[in-house]
Amino acid sequence: METTNTTTPAMTSKDLVTDQEIRWCPGCGDYSILKQVQTVVPELGIPREDIVFISGIGCSSRFPYYMETFGMHSIHGRASAIASGLKATRPELSVWIVSGDGDSLSIGGNHFIHLLRRNFNVNLLLFNNEIYGLTKGQYSPTSEEGKITKSTPMGSIDHPFNPIALALGAEGSFIARSMDRDPVHLKDMLRRSNAHIGTSLLEIYQNCNVFNDGTFELFTEKSSKKEETIFLENNKPLVFGQNLDKGIMLDGFKPIIVSLENGKYSVNDLWVHDESDLTKAGILSRFFERPVDGTGHLPRPFGVFYENNRACYETGLNDQIEFAKQKKGEGSLDALLKGGETWEIK
Amino acid sequence: MTSNNQVLEKVIIKFAGDSGDGMQLTGTQFTNTAAMFGNDLSTFPDFPAEIRAPQGTIPGVSGFQLHFGSVNIFSPGDFCDVLVAMNAAALKANLANLKKGGTVIVNSDGFDPKNLRLANYFDNVSPLTDGSLEAYRIISIDVTKITKAALADSGLGTKEIDRAKNMFVLGFLYWMYNREMSFTIKFLEDKFSKKPEILAANIKVLHAGYNFGETSETAPTRFTINPAPMPSGIYRNIMGNQATAIGLIAASKKSGLDLFLGSYPITPASDILHELARHKNFGVKTFQAEDEIAAICSAIGASFGGKLGITTSSGPGIALKTEAMGLALMLELPLLIINVQRGGPSTGLPTKTEQSDLFQAVYGRNGEAPIPVIAAKSAADCFETVYEACRIALEYMTPVIFLSDGYIANGSEPWRFPNADQLKPIKVEFTTELNSEKFLPYKRNENLSRPWAIPGTKGLEHRIGGLEKQHETGNISYDPENHEFMVKMRAAKVEKVADSIPDQTIDNGTEKGKILVLGWGSTYGAIKGAVIEARAKGIDVSHAHIRHIVPFPKNLGDLLKNYETVLIPEMNTGQLKSIIRDKFLVPAIGLNKIKGMPFATSEILVKIEELV
Ligand SMILES: Cc1ncc(C[n+]2csc(CCOP(=O)(O)OP(=O)(O)O)c2C)c(N)n1
Ligand code: SF4
Ligand SMILES: [Mg+2]
Repeated sequence: METTNTTTPAMTSKDLVTDQEIRWCPGCGDYSILKQVQTVVPELGIPREDIVFISGIGCSSRFPYYMETFGMHSIHGRASAIASGLKATRPELSVWIVSGDGDSLSIGGNHFIHLLRRNFNVNLLLFNNEIYGLTKGQYSPTSEEGKITKSTPMGSIDHPFNPIALALGAEGSFIARSMDRDPVHLKDMLRRSNAHIGTSLLEIYQNCNVFNDGTFELFTEKSSKKEETIFLENNKPLVFGQNLDKGIMLDGFKPIIVSLENGKYSVNDLWVHDESDLTKAGILSRFFERPVDGTGHLPRPFGVFYENNRACYETGLNDQIEFAKQKKGEGSLDALLKGGETWEIK
Repeated sequence: MTSNNQVLEKVIIKFAGDSGDGMQLTGTQFTNTAAMFGNDLSTFPDFPAEIRAPQGTIPGVSGFQLHFGSVNIFSPGDFCDVLVAMNAAALKANLANLKKGGTVIVNSDGFDPKNLRLANYFDNVSPLTDGSLEAYRIISIDVTKITKAALADSGLGTKEIDRAKNMFVLGFLYWMYNREMSFTIKFLEDKFSKKPEILAANIKVLHAGYNFGETSETAPTRFTINPAPMPSGIYRNIMGNQATAIGLIAASKKSGLDLFLGSYPITPASDILHELARHKNFGVKTFQAEDEIAAICSAIGASFGGKLGITTSSGPGIALKTEAMGLALMLELPLLIINVQRGGPSTGLPTKTEQSDLFQAVYGRNGEAPIPVIAAKSAADCFETVYEACRIALEYMTPVIFLSDGYIANGSEPWRFPNADQLKPIKVEFTTELNSEKFLPYKRNENLSRPWAIPGTKGLEHRIGGLEKQHETGNISYDPENHEFMVKMRAAKVEKVADSIPDQTIDNGTEKGKILVLGWGSTYGAIKGAVIEARAKGIDVSHAHIRHIVPFPKNLGDLLKNYETVLIPEMNTGQLKSIIRDKFLVPAIGLNKIKGMPFATSEILVKIEELV
């Protein structure tokens, strides 16, 4: 979502720090996300008092306590619903939802999909650590099959959600992915999320170093990152690899990895990313295999999968109010009390 | 022909037919005509639970009961004087509620072999001819045939002609009760302004019904029910859900806060959503959420933003909202939770009435979670009560539960409505200044209420949440002393509401005496009627009706001790009774009915007499 206003003196990231002691475990990925948010928000030109962070419950949901803006730490899974009511009635505010994978995809799954469908102009930061952090390490709806946790000593038999595909299916109008360990990319995605008018879903891979350490290592560690990830940029070909030596082509609807080194294919043959293409976003969302033996699988995409500008719920709601006022005139309480038929008793 | 004219004090008519027979409309038209004429009245519709229950069957019967008179009327009444039965099923379903000697007006076409079978009258034996209705006066008219004949050259199809049947019955009743047809004619003109053929047909059949009364010898007696002695003023007819919706808009206007309703459809609360959705030109925002949890949470979001946040539902939906109600009370934000109760538990009896969610309202949350609870006693009273609920929510920064039920939600009565400027103002002030060096979101005022500093207020940025919070600062706190302090503080705040509510009054009777009938909610009319009758018989009995249940009016405990016996009639197994006994150690006695049906006045009267 985008809101700009440049009348107040420039805010710095320091102005967004609260006096509350941060309670995340040392080394938790949440710290990096907080830092990037505190860096980006002052650039947006929004007065601090017009910013609201709303969260559910979970480690990630402690976030509002650490942001010197208006904030609410609500109940498990319901931040999106609360944000919807706030945005419906206060469309001028910059509303940010902070939520975990359990919070948004398990207990709050219903609100998550309906928020995306309605397209309120808010930003949803989905901290995905593929685990329940706060409750000390049970598997979550994004944990992989077979995952051994306290609640799944023999391995999880739940098939996980693919959050990006889910968001696309829920008619999301802005769908992006980033990671805690790539501050530059994360900041960029935060700016893009803010700029989008409509619900911006930003899935952030976040390391829980206590209960699920290293889940995203393949994507975040220097040693494997280049081979295992692909960074999407609009109108740019899909190139990745240690030396940018690989690309993705589409064979019909089937994505294939090609080498750019053997002279057979060049960058010009590759799939060019188009953020407005829903079909291709769908294919990209399915770059989701778990790298088993490290060969042959598609790299994990990061960046904006899809963006589409369509009407926001609150705009429609306020337009209807204005229209009703124009058509019927500002409501008169006396006329309402009186209703249609009346009679007098003397 | 000329007929006798008999003057009556009051009459109860039950209109019953198949869902498609238009009985609700017929009942409403007769009601409005009676209201215009100056009768006092009370109505109660009784819908089938299924939208398209099989035609002709007992589950498909739709009813509308009207009690009107030249005297004050407090309830839709117990047993009816007149039963209009459009088919065999309607007769079967309602005969037990007809007074002995009462009148049955039947559409004889609705008693053909097929209808008899569907209504479980076996072997083709019609109750109209087998002598089983000897105790009643039967007026049997082939409404279908006469309607068809009247509209023979209207050019309308069979279906449309069939639909006009109810107008015949209405016309006939207008004749029988000496009523003008002008109100209904005007209604039809508005309704069918774009369909002149249908308009003409309806008016024609309405007149046919009236003329039938005039010319046939079916009903030799006509009745007159004179206007009732009502306080002077201007009246309208109103249903409970409508009064609730209007009360909410009034509170929005009087507090200067835009109204936001988050709701999920459920019987019998949906009509509040429907009504509010029609009034967008009052700045009213309605949001049909994905479920009840989202509904209340969206309302909490709106309240956080400085609006009048409201959520409406019935028992099952209220159950889903429970956790969020706890959040609202921890956040100490104003919020209105409306429960239009229905028969429970679980899905229970969706279209029937009950008062069985009182415990849920008073106790039904995790933790020590007191929330003010307030209940309306009649359709029109929903207005004032919901307005009062909004006042408490806003002045005390607290969620408030407003209880109504299916009976008063769909029932109607005449309402001497107020002018906008007669309504008490509701004070709301957003905090815009620091209340200390650093803003203290939980620093309390003399009401123990905290400041409402809404997003957009420069310098007052702060965080609130559901975790236990430190006194004044609102910071998360796990300190044991602080927790106990805050639990007591939140309870003290709710108790403090009692400072702003009137003392409990006696509705009828004396401040001291033998028996007090204590009621809450929709039992008002039945208790009122019963106590009037009992007192007329010389019984020392009084009636008090509680609006504020949490907290109770301050004098309630003392008042109850002025009577030898306290009788509490409730449509549940004795929930208020338990609360009263617990709170005041008064040995209250219950009179309990759990049939999905309101009390009959007679049932309460019998109990009073038994206690003497
Ligand atoms: C209604 C309810 N059920 C269960 C819980 C317990 N609970 C708190 S957080 C949580 C899961 C948190 O996981 P996630 O949303 O992924 O957040 P994370 O801690 O990993 O950031 C659970 C089950 C709760 N607080 N409320
Ligand atoms: S448990 Fe995991 S997610 Fe939670 S604070 Fe610790 S490291 Fe972070
Ligand atoms: Mg998690």
